[in-house]
Amino acid sequence: MAERGFEISRLPGFATVAIAAFVILYLPIVTLVIYSFNASNSVAVWGGFSLHWYGDAWANQAVKDATVRSLIIGVSASVLSTTLATLAALGTTRRRAYRGQTLIYVMINQPLMVPEVVTAVALMIFFGIIKVATGYQGLGYLIAAHTAFCIPFAYLPIRARLESMDLALETAAADLYATPWATFRRVTLPLLAPGIMAGAMLSFVISLDDVVITEFVKSGGQDTLPTYMLGQLRRAFTPEVNAISTMLLGVTVVLLTAFFLLTRKKD
Amino acid sequence: MSPAEENAIRSSARNGWLLSLPALVVLALAASGPLLIVVYYSFLTANDTGGVIRQFSTEGWRAIFLSYDIFEDRYTLADAHLTIFWRSVWLSLATTALTFVIGFPTAWFIATRPARQRAMWLFLITIPFWTNLLIRTFAINEVIRNEGILNTTLIWLGVITEPLRIVYTETAVLIGMTYVYLPLMVLPLYATIERFDMRLLEAAYDLYASRWTTLRRVILPIVKPGIIAGSILVFVPSLGAYVTPRILGGGKKMMIGNFIELQFLQGRNWPLGAALSVLLLVIVTAALLVYVKVANRDRSQGHG
Repeated sequence: MAERGFEISRLPGFATVAIAAFVILYLPIVTLVIYSFNASNSVAVWGGFSLHWYGDAWANQAVKDATVRSLIIGVSASVLSTTLATLAALGTTRRRAYRGQTLIYVMINQPLMVPEVVTAVALMIFFGIIKVATGYQGLGYLIAAHTAFCIPFAYLPIRARLESMDLALETAAADLYATPWATFRRVTLPLLAPGIMAGAMLSFVISLDDVVITEFVKSGGQDTLPTYMLGQLRRAFTPEVNAISTMLLGVTVVLLTAFFLLTRKKD
Repeated sequence: MSPAEENAIRSSARNGWLLSLPALVVLALAASGPLLIVVYYSFLTANDTGGVIRQFSTEGWRAIFLSYDIFEDRYTLADAHLTIFWRSVWLSLATTALTFVIGFPTAWFIATRPARQRAMWLFLITIPFWTNLLIRTFAINEVIRNEGILNTTLIWLGVITEPLRIVYTETAVLIGMTYVYLPLMVLPLYATIERFDMRLLEAAYDLYASRWTTLRRVILPIVKPGIIAGSILVFVPSLGAYVTPRILGGGKKMMIGNFIELQFLQGRNWPLGAALSVLLLVIVTAALLVYVKVANRDRSQGHG
């Protein structure tokens, strides 16, 4: 019998801890998903498969309104932030380093560095002043706030894509007398499309998931799905929130898988 | 350099600015700019009914550490505030330590898988990383609450007769933060371990080093930049945490984030809330500057 080889990189106990870590990471999420299909009223007791929590969530007008609001904000913020991030990525890559470029990077990435609760407080004060001055109470504030913190997430994949693109194709287009605009529309943009799609998906996921900034900025009756869930948690526990979580989770996993497929490096 | 070239460089820089400008304007209006208002508000006078009176005062800053005793007409240390700061700091440090103890073997495990498997394991770490923090906190709450899965299982197994009361304690917040921030520790650790030259282990073992000595004297010093990066990436959001302590601490075990919210949404003391926000921002920025410095040094030393 051959002895098991001395595996050089194996450290005792590490694999056990690692497997345990993966189990711990997934067990709560999987449990949450399973129990969202529970027919019983209790979380701990399994009463058979049922979709009635999904039915309850769907019949609840507050949930419907929050879903619509989340989608409006998510789609607007995603489209706006991706557009702005695409322009900024074009302005900060593939050209000679220029004065202020570092400042632009810092400003774009700034939302990633400030604790969310601090940004939330700042926006609550600032938008509060504007609300009083203009009388406008609509969703515009939430869309503006979401657009801003989505910009760095949209910017990163677009910039990565631009940096890995071959300049020769655009030079070739210019050599063939394409105008700069035609080159951009017919060569650069199609090549950049996967990066833009990836940025749009990531920013949509980020907007859909935001709790803290939304909680502080929203006016009365402007709950999104996450702030609605947070409000429900304060009250008695309802498995309806399990159902909403599972649906949000599903959207996130689908979009993230698409994101990874889009940004995957070709072997 | 010819004047034509110089012109080309100048117009390239100008176009760079013009293209970035729309994004910068939105960020200035709805992210960075309003932070300045918070600084301004921290130096105003509190209005008892919420909001501020536009009158200069350092009371907000003083109130962070001192509270005014009306009966004795003097300032005393604000014990309640200090308890919250202390809790925030120690819970954040403990979260960092726990995520390291679990995260280091995990990162090592992923980095030593065959190249084909690695992407799959990494994807498994990134899914929770991008999943809604609220949902993950909620999921862990389901597990540890009094009638949760952990307690029902333990009672069913006969290990305990009474449910463990974990939720609404500091332990619950610690478990929750470790759970939600674990991927933030694993990812940077993985990035450094992946570049670790495994031949160094051979050399260590050839020189009769034990596994423990090798870990302590060879592996840990070399992956130190990853450890620092991961620690800061976990410490920073832990210190500013809001959702996790709110759900698992149940309003009793507040952290700085919740305390700031209390000052604003309950309309208690806006200048104090603003001063606390500025303080939190300064601490976090300092931690991140260390991170950037370490990350740059790591990059300049990296080979291959």
